Amino acid sequence: MTRRYLLRRLVQSIVVLWGAFTISFVILYVVPGDPVAIMLGGGGGVSTATPEQIAAVRAEYGFDRPVVVQYFDRLGAALHGDLGHSIATGAPVTTTIRNAAVPTLELALAGGFLALVFGVSIAVLATAAGRGPLGQFLLSVPAVGVSVPTFWVGLILLELFSFRWRLLPAFGDTGWRTLILPALAIAIPPAALIAQVLSKSLRATLKEPYVRMLRARGASGRRVLLHHALHNAAVPTMGLIGVIVGNLLAGAAVVETVFSRNGIGQTAVAAVTAKDIPVVQGVVLFAAIAYIVSNLAVDLTLPVLDKRIAVAGGAAQGIR
Amino acid sequence: MIGRADVATGLPAFRPLLAWAFRRPGLTVASLLLALVVGWTLVPSWFASDGPNKIDTQHILQPPSWSHLFGTDNLGRDVYSRVVHGASLTIEAALLAVGLALVVGGTAGAVAGSLRGWADDVIMRCVDAMMAIPALLLAMAIVMALGFGTVHVAVAIGVAEAGVVARVMRAEVLRVRGEYYVDAAYATGMHWPAILFRHILPNSRGPVLALAMLQLGLSVLAIASLSFLGFGSPPPAPEWGTLISEGRGYLSTAWWMTTFPGVTVAVTVLAVNRVARSFEAGDGTDLTGAGLGGLWIRRQARADEGAPAGDV
Repeated sequence: MTRRYLLRRLVQSIVVLWGAFTISFVILYVVPGDPVAIMLGGGGGVSTATPEQIAAVRAEYGFDRPVVVQYFDRLGAALHGDLGHSIATGAPVTTTIRNAAVPTLELALAGGFLALVFGVSIAVLATAAGRGPLGQFLLSVPAVGVSVPTFWVGLILLELFSFRWRLLPAFGDTGWRTLILPALAIAIPPAALIAQVLSKSLRATLKEPYVRMLRARGASGRRVLLHHALHNAAVPTMGLIGVIVGNLLAGAAVVETVFSRNGIGQTAVAAVTAKDIPVVQGVVLFAAIAYIVSNLAVDLTLPVLDKRIAVAGGAAQGIR
Repeated sequence: MIGRADVATGLPAFRPLLAWAFRRPGLTVASLLLALVVGWTLVPSWFASDGPNKIDTQHILQPPSWSHLFGTDNLGRDVYSRVVHGASLTIEAALLAVGLALVVGGTAGAVAGSLRGWADDVIMRCVDAMMAIPALLLAMAIVMALGFGTVHVAVAIGVAEAGVVARVMRAEVLRVRGEYYVDAAYATGMHWPAILFRHILPNSRGPVLALAMLQLGLSVLAIASLSFLGFGSPPPAPEWGTLISEGRGYLSTAWWMTTFPGVTVAVTVLAVNRVARSFEAGDGTDLTGAGLGGLWIRRQARADEGAPAGDV
């Protein structure tokens, strides 16, 4: 890996993050026209604030200055790790996000692990089963996985495992037992995605000449699939990491609400409901950073794992 | 032979159609289900005799039966009727979202692919930044800025999905502009805007339409999610996500209130995706994963198409 490639990817990542900040600023502070009216209006839309209060809040948040000045002000503050204060609680946004990130990280790691296990098993089994009815059935499973609403899966799991069979706790976020159902629910869409891309990639890999070569030398079908093809076919799947992280965070937003868990998603939903603009911006930036960092990590490790990837062209051509 | 029989019965292409349907059972079922949902959207009163808000306090929380296929809710309203009447809200919002994504993303992608240079760089870096934010979170932020309600939810989802469309559109413009007939059009003295509308856009519609169809399924899911979270129309409106959230309080006593609306959403999205895949297979474009907010486009060799594996 050359130093130039490393530097180029770093600069790209920073530009994307800056872009995400700008988009969030435009959506949250420019589009509403008068953010103060929205914030004081709360969810009901009826504002009880007096004009003096509105003016005071406007001055406090700097909304009485030109938009460009506000933008550079907020950008400068954000660079120092200051995203303002929550309107609902008054706590610094970065503290709110940091506290919420811990349970969401647990949930996302558990969900990501399950997604990987399910996705890889379905892809490998479907490929091993071949063109028969079983293989066709396994290949159609991911299509169902991307079609079911995550929050609904959560509710059905809750109904069956918590209320009907009383096997697992319904709510809360203490202990690993509360983690099982929500992790299952958020794992389904990324698992389906992994299965789709990996099975396609496996099919393509098994057509390559080296597979015939291995078979001719007496390697069993299972050995070729598990020891050779899977390794080579995994590379395009790793390019999906950013999408998977995004999926897990979006899933967390609804699943944390369903299971009444604390976390980033629940914070986002509560902040949107309460029109807490600074917190919503914090969540959006957190999600963008998670996406960018995971993509960067994969792009930097792929050339180490797979020497075929031409560093100059960036990782895993064909992705993005 | 078939042709002669058709002339005799006056049903042209009926038997070939039937044969086609039997060869692709999955696609046929998906198309029929989609037609049913379209019927619910256009004329709900043909499919459900009860109004969506007809309260019947004598029959609250009834399990599914012949008179109430999906059971009744806590106010005695027929859940099936509410699902049927909710179709128009959800489907129209999804169509609005996809239309907006196509117009905004399509324009941005076509401009980027046509102009190249710095305009291309600026537009595509903006798209990169948009794609770094999960579509659902981005849509939530936009809904907050616009205010709650079904139309605003649709607009938010449309904007959030425009980035994917822009990337596909740009890739298509770049692909088509290298074709010989574009060179030929230049040679005859046509100018770029004319070539864009006369040659490039018509020839790039395949992948864009397949993507639009995938986005439709995704929009239905996103709209259901946002209305479940309470950002759509206020409760009496029978939006599918709202129906599921209404059933949330009755999980342990009335499973049908959440199960049936959820199954409806899942089956609708499944059918839409199946039809989208048939577009995709006919065109040789691989959009796996594009629907989930990521992007994965690869023009497959025509020879590779063969039998589309994984037919449902």
